[in-house]
Amino acid sequence: MALLEAENVSFSYDKKNMAVKNVSLSVDEGEYVAIIGHNGSGKSTLARLFNALLIPDSGKITVDGFCSSDKNALFEIRRRVGVVFQNPDNQLVASIVEDDVAFGPENLGVKREEIGERIEYALKAVGMEKFRKSSPTRLSGGQKQRIAIAGVLALKPGILVLDESTAMLDPQGRKEILEVVRKLNAEDRVTVIAITHYMEEVLHADKVFVVNDGGIAMQGTPAEIFRRAKEIKQMGLELPLAAYIAEKLRQRGVPVPEGIMTEEELAEALCVLLPKI
Amino acid sequence: MKDVTFGQYYPSHSFVHKMDPRVKILAAIAYIVAVFLVQSYHFVGFAACLLFVLITTAAAKVPFFRVLSSIKAILFFVFLSAVLQLFFHKGGTPLWEGGFITDEGLLSAGFIVARIFLVVLGASLLTLTTSPVELADGIESLLTPLKWIKFPVHEFALIMSIALRFIPTLLDETDRIVKAQKARGADFESGNVFKRAKALIPVLIPLLISSFRRADELADAMDARCYAGSKHRTKYKRMVPTYRDLIGVLVMAALITGVVLINTMLPF
Repeated sequence: MALLEAENVSFSYDKKNMAVKNVSLSVDEGEYVAIIGHNGSGKSTLARLFNALLIPDSGKITVDGFCSSDKNALFEIRRRVGVVFQNPDNQLVASIVEDDVAFGPENLGVKREEIGERIEYALKAVGMEKFRKSSPTRLSGGQKQRIAIAGVLALKPGILVLDESTAMLDPQGRKEILEVVRKLNAEDRVTVIAITHYMEEVLHADKVFVVNDGGIAMQGTPAEIFRRAKEIKQMGLELPLAAYIAEKLRQRGVPVPEGIMTEEELAEALCVLLPKI
Repeated sequence: MKDVTFGQYYPSHSFVHKMDPRVKILAAIAYIVAVFLVQSYHFVGFAACLLFVLITTAAAKVPFFRVLSSIKAILFFVFLSAVLQLFFHKGGTPLWEGGFITDEGLLSAGFIVARIFLVVLGASLLTLTTSPVELADGIESLLTPLKWIKFPVHEFALIMSIALRFIPTLLDETDRIVKAQKARGADFESGNVFKRAKALIPVLIPLLISSFRRADELADAMDARCYAGSKHRTKYKRMVPTYRDLIGVLVMAALITGVVLINTMLPF
């Protein structure tokens, strides 16, 4: 059985306009899943539905066997699905890093000694163990967001949902977060659901869902998705730069192979082509 | 704006800084009681209190001028009380023929000034050596008995610590809004008081709106991290009194006994 499953989920904030329409998807344990869509496509609503901050109007979401429509399962779901939000400033609760990371385990009623261990684990996992006693206000955006991730990791969730967690960061901060998240996925086997509108963040995913107008418009591996450049553009999204250049070169008659996503792949392909031109 | 330290906390690793905030808060209260115990014109009692302040300042490794500068804020108030005492004190012999300032009036003005100064010096030692976060934790712990009368101690403490947490964030935001409005031609510097107060409206309204948005997002983030009030909640931070606190308590006891002894032993 899938770790997280959505079946025909619909949700509306105002009972008139549907924010999420009839979405079905499943995420397996250990997967890195990306959900991409432009602003207002309903992707952030999905994040809130996944950890029971919102309850579907129809359809159902199950996490590890717990259904979010069941009120008693609320905390079972939230401790399994950790969400990191967009603005790092607005999700830190305490004025000292370790106190903030302790907030989640404290809420769960974890014993004091174990909270200490969890703080250590979580801060090490995001590479911030040196800042345990610091004040978050003096950290950079990327560092603050790493603390926010640590705060969620301290809950020991099986699933980490990143709701546009890199959107407010500079390129350096964005890189930091992506590295941390990929490491968590690869080494600690944390299932990751990355919600974003940056195509670059989709590249390393096992599975991509493209959300448009509240529904899932496409799904597949990143390579499969990028092959459908035209549709992606129509949905208001942009290809990663390398894929975009490859696409343009193909249109000009340069036989660049399909499925190029990263700059390294593009360079490799061009080097192969160079002697032939 | 990033490095703003609110309050007047003076970071250090001194003996006094490492004391349990609860003990420090209680000691500050005890100290103020001691100052008020000093009976009229027993300046010897005040000398004992001043000695205590000096010793604590030294033990806290806080520069004495930092402690003294806390007086600046209340200088006008002190001056006012002194003048009132001088002019309205009844009794005593006039200092000069037909004058209304009496020797007793002068004495009592000096007494009031000394009392206020000593209270402020002691209180500022507390805030100089205890960070706002520690203060909030200490107050929370001291208020715990109020749970018996259903006072929401945990919620109260959370509100305090979140307020402290957001002060620098909101200062940053204010700075940004002021700059944004200046870039749009807003004028905060010229005009009379009313004009300048009015010019602040375009700063306050965006600040208010963004605060609500922040509160909303913070509530979501807290929900997402399984917050459900104080029920079944554990606490990571624990305050454990050490030998330092024992010494602090003993010194406080010595001060109070000293003041009481001076009151009873010295004839006046």
